[in-house]
Amino acid sequence: MCFTSQFWQLTVAGLAIGSLYALIALGYTLVYGVLQLINFAHSEVFMAGGFGGLFLVRELVGDTAPGGAAAVLITTAGILGGALAGAGTAFVLERTAYRPLRRRGAPRLAYLISAIGASLFLYNLAGKEFGRLAIPMPDIYTSGTVFHIFGARVTTNQLVIAGAALVMLIALDRLVAKTRLGQGIRAVAQDAETASLMGVDINKVITLTFIIGGLLGGAAGFLYGLVFNVQYTMGFIPGVKAFTAAVLGGIGNVRGAVLGGLVLGLVENYGVACASSAYRDIIAFMILVLVLLVRPSGILGERLGRSA
Amino acid sequence: MAMLELQDVHVKYGAVEALKGVTLEVNEGEIVTLLGANGAGKTTTLRTISGLLRPSAGRILFEGRPIDQMPAHEVLGIGVGHVPEGRRVFPRMSVQENLEMGAYQRKGGNKEVMQRVFELFPVLSERKSQEGGTLSGGEQQMLAIGRALMSRPRLILLDEPSMGLAPLIVAKIFEIIAEINDDGTTVLLVEQNAAQALKLAGRGYVLETGSIVMSDDAATLLSDDRVRAAYLGEDIGAA
Ligand SMILES: Nc1ncnc2c1ncn2[C@@H]1O[C@H](COP(=O)(O)OP(=O)(O)OP(=O)(O)O)[C@@H](O)[C@H]1O
Ligand SMILES: [Mg+2]
Repeated sequence: MCFTSQFWQLTVAGLAIGSLYALIALGYTLVYGVLQLINFAHSEVFMAGGFGGLFLVRELVGDTAPGGAAAVLITTAGILGGALAGAGTAFVLERTAYRPLRRRGAPRLAYLISAIGASLFLYNLAGKEFGRLAIPMPDIYTSGTVFHIFGARVTTNQLVIAGAALVMLIALDRLVAKTRLGQGIRAVAQDAETASLMGVDINKVITLTFIIGGLLGGAAGFLYGLVFNVQYTMGFIPGVKAFTAAVLGGIGNVRGAVLGGLVLGLVENYGVACASSAYRDIIAFMILVLVLLVRPSGILGERLGRSA
Repeated sequence: MAMLELQDVHVKYGAVEALKGVTLEVNEGEIVTLLGANGAGKTTTLRTISGLLRPSAGRILFEGRPIDQMPAHEVLGIGVGHVPEGRRVFPRMSVQENLEMGAYQRKGGNKEVMQRVFELFPVLSERKSQEGGTLSGGEQQMLAIGRALMSRPRLILLDEPSMGLAPLIVAKIFEIIAEINDDGTTVLLVEQNAAQALKLAGRGYVLETGSIVMSDDAATLLSDDRVRAAYLGEDIGAA
């Protein structure tokens, strides 16, 4: 096969980018779970995380890459900065773009229009305020390569991305499965009205769900910026791909989103080896169309959502 | 003062008025039943008490406090539990998690309450880890009642708990409602199964197309010719 010669190299790259898709996809899937609504402005939450992380890291890094323990701290700060910027953006989105519609019982289409409007507004605002050129993240690490596995080179960035994503994915999974808030989120997803009869404040759960999705998406924005620069338009392509990942795994399904992200990251990289890197983005959209045609409920189906 | 008071409550779905001035009261410690044919407005009445629907006119008081503008989670918080029509257990949560949902607002331990629920419904303790959606209809009804008890409500609203169940299970459910009442919980019971509901309840109301048309002691209603004809399925002419 075309990708066998570089199999491990492609696998490493696929898992790294795939874990970012997974983090973003969770934002789509969690919000869909509680509201049966696709937050198409989530790509701007990711973008905000990119800028939030960038600005913070720029303050912390001097002229030369710090490396060592300082690099670990700065990376952590960047992730937190991105996460907070993402959460703040998600919170504002929910309050301004969605809640007013919900209060008036607006039809589905209104949410879509509102989401697209909010998305356009946010990325143009970022372009105006922060400039329209791509901004590289300052160098944080002194060494580009950490180690080799099966002959494949693993870069520092890839290790940071996959490691941070893994920690966040596990934390999120535990939160949804084991905490009171997680149980509230699942209850709202399965039957919002009955959840309110059990004493769940639905509005509060929805707000917190946006914030959680924003934390993950914002952190992903910073991690993405480590490799691909930060720019006001950076949210669009990863946003659509993560949405694809969420649909692929079964929208509303937390583990499905993670699986979908990883599968998409891998397939995309194997596909590039077989065709050409020009096909990278097309592969994701082909997968989206195929899933919608063949298995619209995704690999794992709608587990959080209401199918009963 | 009555525990629960509905004063001339009107509820509309769009232009259609489903409740046309319902007035009723439930005193502390009572079992009161609300009877009526399909579409009379029984579920609408309970949903309005719980805060899922807003009355277009009229007032609802719980322990003297107006609750008609309160969101549902706050109504639960002040002591009103609701076992909704069709049970509505969370299908993809275990029995245990469904019960925990009932105690969502309770701070601290709920071991004791859960113990009491398992005493009332031993079958639930045998099926703690089974998903709600895979329980039988009767088991789901027991779970729905147990779940509502988890918040330790002072008033419990039951919407047709006998619906779709075999007579033996219905008898069992009615026995448990009596026990819940003995534990000190006031009960407002919506039923189409009028005979059994009136045997259990102290008083009853009859709802017809959104209006209360009769209200009396359960024994009196049980022997009333109109009630017998309309709700007990008896052909008085042939008697
Ligand atoms: N969501 C709704 N939208 C419009 N009309 C509704 C809605 N829910 C109920 N209704 C109407 O309001 C009236 C009362 O309905 P409700 O469900 O309260 O009756 P019910 O007495 O509980 O009936 P059943 O015994 O069949 O459960 C009915 O005419 C019904 O069609
Ligand atoms: Mg009903």
